[in-house]
Amino acid sequence: MYAFKFHRPETVRQASNLLAKNEDAKILAGGHTLVPTMKLRLASPSDLIDLSQIEGLTGIELKGRSISIGAMTRHFEVANSPIVQENVPALAHLAGVIGDPAVRHRGTIGGSVANNDPTADYPAGCLGTGATIVTNKRKIKADDFFVGMFETALETDEIIVRVMFPLVNKAGYEKFRNQASRYALVGVFVSKRGSDIRVAVTGAGGSGVFRVTAFEEALKKRFSPKSLDGLTVSPDGLNGDIHGSAEYRAHLIGVMAKRAVARATA
Amino acid sequence: MPAVSLTVNGNAVTADVDPRTLLVEFLREHLRLTGTHIGCDTSQCGACVVHVNGKALKSCTTLMLQIDGADVTTIEGLAAPDEPLHPMQEAFREHHGLQCGYCTPGMIMSAIDIVNRKGFDLEDRLIREELEGNICRCTGYHNIVKAIASGAAAMGGKKAAA
Repeated sequence: MYAFKFHRPETVRQASNLLAKNEDAKILAGGHTLVPTMKLRLASPSDLIDLSQIEGLTGIELKGRSISIGAMTRHFEVANSPIVQENVPALAHLAGVIGDPAVRHRGTIGGSVANNDPTADYPAGCLGTGATIVTNKRKIKADDFFVGMFETALETDEIIVRVMFPLVNKAGYEKFRNQASRYALVGVFVSKRGSDIRVAVTGAGGSGVFRVTAFEEALKKRFSPKSLDGLTVSPDGLNGDIHGSAEYRAHLIGVMAKRAVARATA
Repeated sequence: MPAVSLTVNGNAVTADVDPRTLLVEFLREHLRLTGTHIGCDTSQCGACVVHVNGKALKSCTTLMLQIDGADVTTIEGLAAPDEPLHPMQEAFREHHGLQCGYCTPGMIMSAIDIVNRKGFDLEDRLIREELEGNICRCTGYHNIVKAIASGAAAMGGKKAAA
């Protein structure tokens, strides 16, 4: 790992100022993606800005018709939160299948969302529920937030403070994991909130998480796995690698989507 | 260099560290607590698992500066040299839950973390799921799973008697 300066700001404003001042600075949340990436010298930030000393960035609350999850909340906390388990159990399930138990003790929702790894779980959960990403500057709809592979709508000095998940009526997440990395080869998050149906796919898209509108239209007629019978996704633009071809991933999207709807309606 | 203070196996430790110092490096090279191993060095294998503030964590993926003030327990902290083994260590010995032993410290620290989270009565399937972040390259996991189930029960018995 290359040398860096370590900062421990006590407020989001201080952290944001440090980001603005240091062009090659990076925010450090749980560090379970960034630290390995730095060890491999794939990232070489000049400065690390650790958010762990900032108060008010953790915790899970029910706020009106949403669940608010602080950016520094660990996957373990989300997976085991009674609020999440009761209101959007699919989200607790999603958090509980990230990495492994030790990784879930450190990894954070804000870190995962900000990194927007094309195979990460939370981007599917955010896009699949229609979540809102709240930063120190504004609120960004999930539909506008995930821009491309490892790319988000965040500005240089913008920091996620929490994510707001609407209380959907039904939701399900199904993940076909890469056995070695535990990332999603394909993960599909489906939800229903009134007439708003969402099907979000992670792991497969060449530019990260995306929605499958054809599936959403079919599920609007009837929210049942059978509604997806005969529907397929084109492999064009999907990832293909040694773990699975684009055609294989396209097939998995159909399978995982059906399972996710089945889970949501169980 | 920035200063860090920790409690490691009950002892207060203060040191000036290069910001790049990983917890596993500090434990092994500064404190000479070499029971914590480096296997894959990419957070996959779990040979480096220790407890930080009571939770299992991969010490190869944690910077020292991230855990300033924390309470760390390593495999060396489970039982003093002149004391009987921790029930989970004893169960690994009894059921031969190891072959070369390289993954064993991480397996045992993860096993105790499973007990802390899931209780003393553990089904094989749950143990196997929970062990997804610990890799043994010698052999199957059969005896490791048996050891953990037995060690968990023993930990329960010990707690109930105390």
